[in-house]
Amino acid sequence: MKLRRKNLTAFMAGTAMLGAFGFAVPAFAADSGPIKIGVIGEESAVAGASITKAAQLAADDINKAGGIDGRKIQIITYDDHSSATDAVRAFQRAVKQDHVVAVVASYISEVALAIEPWAARLHTPFITPGAASTLISKNVHDNYDKNKYTFHGYVNSAFLADAICAFSKDELVDKFHMKTAAIMSEDAAWTTPLDAEYAKCLPKAGLKVVDHIRFNPDTTDFTPIFNKIEGEHPDVIETGISHVGVQPTVQWHDQQVPIPMSGQSSQATTSTFWKDTNGAAEGVLTYTAATPGVALSPKTIPFADAYQKKFGATPAYDGYASYDAIEVIADAIKRAKSTDPDKMVAAMEKTDLVGTQGRIQFYGKDSEYTHALKYGPGLVTGLFIQWQDGKQVPVWPANVAKAKIKFPSFVKLPLASN
Amino acid sequence: MLALQILVDGFAISSLYALGALGFTLIFGVSGVLNLAHGGIMVVAALIGWYSAGELGLGTYLGTLVGILAGVVTAFITYFCVVRPIQRSRAIPHEETEIFVLTGTLLLGIMIQDGMAFLFSDNPITMRPLISGVTRIAGVRTPTNEIMIAVVCWVVIGLLWLLVNKTRIGKSLLAASMNPRGLTLLGFELSQIYLLVWTIYGVLAGLAGVLLASFLGVGTTNAGDLTASAFSIVVLGGLGSVSGSLVAAYIVGYLETITAYLIAPTLRPIPALLLLVLVIYVRPQGLLGRR
Repeated sequence: MKLRRKNLTAFMAGTAMLGAFGFAVPAFAADSGPIKIGVIGEESAVAGASITKAAQLAADDINKAGGIDGRKIQIITYDDHSSATDAVRAFQRAVKQDHVVAVVASYISEVALAIEPWAARLHTPFITPGAASTLISKNVHDNYDKNKYTFHGYVNSAFLADAICAFSKDELVDKFHMKTAAIMSEDAAWTTPLDAEYAKCLPKAGLKVVDHIRFNPDTTDFTPIFNKIEGEHPDVIETGISHVGVQPTVQWHDQQVPIPMSGQSSQATTSTFWKDTNGAAEGVLTYTAATPGVALSPKTIPFADAYQKKFGATPAYDGYASYDAIEVIADAIKRAKSTDPDKMVAAMEKTDLVGTQGRIQFYGKDSEYTHALKYGPGLVTGLFIQWQDGKQVPVWPANVAKAKIKFPSFVKLPLASN
Repeated sequence: MLALQILVDGFAISSLYALGALGFTLIFGVSGVLNLAHGGIMVVAALIGWYSAGELGLGTYLGTLVGILAGVVTAFITYFCVVRPIQRSRAIPHEETEIFVLTGTLLLGIMIQDGMAFLFSDNPITMRPLISGVTRIAGVRTPTNEIMIAVVCWVVIGLLWLLVNKTRIGKSLLAASMNPRGLTLLGFELSQIYLLVWTIYGVLAGLAGVLLASFLGVGTTNAGDLTASAFSIVVLGGLGSVSGSLVAAYIVGYLETITAYLIAPTLRPIPALLLLVLVIYVRPQGLLGRR
């Protein structure tokens, strides 16, 4: 027994030493050979499967153009299975074993928030291409010296809500004479700031909020939720859904809920959503970063075409942001002439490049959203698409719209619009 | 109006629960097996059905049949590869057989779930409804598919009742659940009866899986929940009691629906589980249990 305990103690001490050694080894990047970038995605999630694929396409494009001062980019991919624990493990492995110089990871805010302190501890630049919680950049703002390694590569929830409200004003209120809305969001980190901003900006856009439902992402039967919403007679349901998508959409269609669905429905941003829902997506409106066929920048269409050609489906919203994130990292290394993390961060803060989503810049230290993607005209604005006859049709803003909004026959619109 | 809505919605989901739990309780009654791979079998049927109907282009009806067939095949795999070898093993003491069967089927269930997630991802899928459109029942807008699901469930339950009570082979099933040794002495081959009960089970679980896929949608992550719900219903109704399971399916279905409508959809499964705990304390043999 004594011997066993002794062995155990020795084992634990050894493990602790190994752990300490692991921490002590700095992120090492060889000066020759490829520059490694880690990409952590959610391969089996509708909205998260585009991240690694788009990153690889970006690396291929950069390498074809000569790489970074002659050095190729090598993408090392990991699957976090939508788990924060797996993502943190993948992040540690990427930095300590695979010696990546930066990491692009996840569309899930909870996962990005779990990685953020590890980016700080391991001094590794990290960009999330799809998470939306405002907490990610708020953490950078509140503790800059520690958290400066984290960047937010996609429009955050507050700006998302603002974009959705602007669309609602231009289209739903002004053209369809809608006056009331119900908010229906999954209970997750990214929807907390989204819903808070919805509550502020929807009334300003002319939509009185008559109901606000936050539901568990494990929900399978949405009938009671739709029933409750219907009881309040809103003109539109403003969604905040990303982890779920197929089930509420199919049930909305099968039950012929007579209220249109608009807002953010992340799964509806990829072309597979039509098949996934057996066409129940008809009429669904969603905000997205970019969409095939709309040149938000000269890079949008070539990227979307190449992605579709290679993978047989269009990228989800985070595919565009993932492509841009790799370009941001490559551009920063080029300008910093170094893979030193602090020099890279300094260079990334000065990013000003044309990406697939538009013009990419990040907010500075003074902004409450430090290192978040700048949102606004001339930068990144995103657009609204509607599923019409099996296609994602851009419907807003006016300069990119290719068709008018139309709803399935079971949707009842306010009388004034008829 | 709300009460009517609850009545209509609760009926469809309860009928589906009843169908799913019926096979589960039948297997226990006849062969003493608690099959913890139950949810996995339903998920296999749902996913194969969906894949055949959509990706292979067989259409909803043929896809449904293929899904049921997949349910039967998986039930056979469960029986021939896990349950029977454990029951026949000389290395396992007789009194420990049940716990080994529980463990074996639990592990198979996990393997099925992970294997299906590998093949089909863990995104929920939904099958195209057998009938589209909605019907108004006293003003309550109900998907016609939901009504048809309830009807199909009850037709199948009725057929099963006829089989068990009115046919010779069915009566032998009933006898096996009462006194297997006596049945053997009368010259019946027990292994044939087990094979029959596992076939019936496969059809019931497979059909329940496919119908659920066209009603609410099914994902691989649902496997555990589906087993748990069948388990709760069967324990609540009384292990091995078919009529008990039917009653319990409606109690659980309506309790869940009432909770979802009147309290919060998030709390949906909680009251039924509390009731289950209460039943275990107060009446461990279940509502209509024989013990």
